[in-house]
Amino acid sequence: MSRNPYVRPVSKTTWYMRNGRYKKYMLREVTCLLVGFYSFFVICALGILAAGSPEKWESFLASQQNAFMVALHAAALLYFLVYMTFDWFKLAPKAMPVQLGEQKLPDLYIVLAHYVAWFMVTAIVFWLAGVI
Amino acid sequence: MSIRQLEIEVLRYDPEQDSEPHFKTYEVPCEHDWAILDALNYIKDELDTTLAFRWSCHMMVCGSCGMMVNGEPCLTCKTFVRDLPDKVRIEPLENFPIERDLVVVLDDVMEKLQMAKPYIIRKDPPPEDKEFTQSRSALYKFKQYTMCVNCMCCYAACPQYALDSSFIGPAVLALAHRYNLDSRDQGKSERLDILADHDGVWNCSFVGACSEVCPKSVDPAAALQQMKIDGAKEFWLQKLPGGKS
Amino acid sequence: MAIAKKSVVWGLFAAGGTVTAFLFPALIALFLMVATGHVPEGLDYANLHAFAAGWFGKICLFFVISLALWHAAHRLRVVFHDFGVRKDKIVAKAVYLIATIGTVLTAYYLYVIR
Repeated sequence: MSRNPYVRPVSKTTWYMRNGRYKKYMLREVTCLLVGFYSFFVICALGILAAGSPEKWESFLASQQNAFMVALHAAALLYFLVYMTFDWFKLAPKAMPVQLGEQKLPDLYIVLAHYVAWFMVTAIVFWLAGVI
Repeated sequence: MSIRQLEIEVLRYDPEQDSEPHFKTYEVPCEHDWAILDALNYIKDELDTTLAFRWSCHMMVCGSCGMMVNGEPCLTCKTFVRDLPDKVRIEPLENFPIERDLVVVLDDVMEKLQMAKPYIIRKDPPPEDKEFTQSRSALYKFKQYTMCVNCMCCYAACPQYALDSSFIGPAVLALAHRYNLDSRDQGKSERLDILADHDGVWNCSFVGACSEVCPKSVDPAAALQQMKIDGAKEFWLQKLPGGKS
Repeated sequence: MAIAKKSVVWGLFAAGGTVTAFLFPALIALFLMVATGHVPEGLDYANLHAFAAGWFGKICLFFVISLALWHAAHRLRVVFHDFGVRKDKIVAKAVYLIATIGTVLTAYYLYVIR
């Protein structure tokens, strides 16, 4: 008997097409593009703000008001919520389990705590921005 | 109970004759309460005695019957015919070389298991003439990780291990974490080597598939994230004045 | 035993991920409001300028933007790896450099706004 183990090939570029679990993971990972995009979007806005001219700021805001930007932001918001925020909260109990005595605190409580905190944080941002 | 005819495709590979694996189909009359392992045993006993596969306990303890069933890594003794469609495809665990048929080469993981130092390490002498005491709450901190039967389904599910087999991988790292969490153990700093290394926890990108497929409900993905947090904390602690190095 | 630099990068990634998961939906929602023409009053020039000029606003903006950038950079590095690009050293340098540039720009703009 001679050994001759067979190694199955794995595609380095398309491996994630193998199952839904991997596809979902990739959809989550590419949210980094949104984070990067919006970070630089805010930096650009800061740059315009730093120019110190109210007119420039007003024209910047005016330039943002079109159907394309509405669609872009709406799609980004939806995608980000589903694949980043909700996913992050869902996975949080794994990274930070809480044990009370002999019992592990059910994951649901940790997830719910995240949602409560998220509502509060969002409310604070909206309050600072004068939305509410 | 009634007999159900199942069409079972099995990946076959004979290292002495085949240049690559190929599927062979068997018609198996399955009883209602059979697991896939029973169907495999039927094939071996009644249809084709040359089929090679590993199994031992048939009760989810030995961890040797891990295979891919319709693309999902699972223990075949725990995967029931009644939960499957009429056509079933059985392959050896992914991400491991095929030794023969459904038997895979596990040498890589066995070597990595040594690196994790999966045993209690003491710096202080153990208590004399009596056993270590451990509270129940201290036990429950790591108990789930002791359930691992080394079936390696998590390795078959892990794409990062598939892409780069130098990654130590889910089960072994979870086992290292299990000893790190043990109140009797003092070897955490020794195990830090594998944790801090590039091939350690940092190759994990939290796909989470390992935990989803684990037949024993162990959560290796959780262990890995906790080890990352530990590693990040440890780094800053070392930077503190008087920190250990 | 020195712990790999990766633990630092990962720490920033995790912190940034938490910050973005909590804050970015609200942030994108604000942009959405602007785009629909309902500009929140907090985004008026006077109000926003006053916010960014104060120390509280500066600290908030700096930490949120820099952590988000580091989070995005690190995850992008992994994304490159996952899509089969195996030049990790170059990818890492590029993405962290971009994040650093963004961080420096943020610091500069916040310094100018007063």
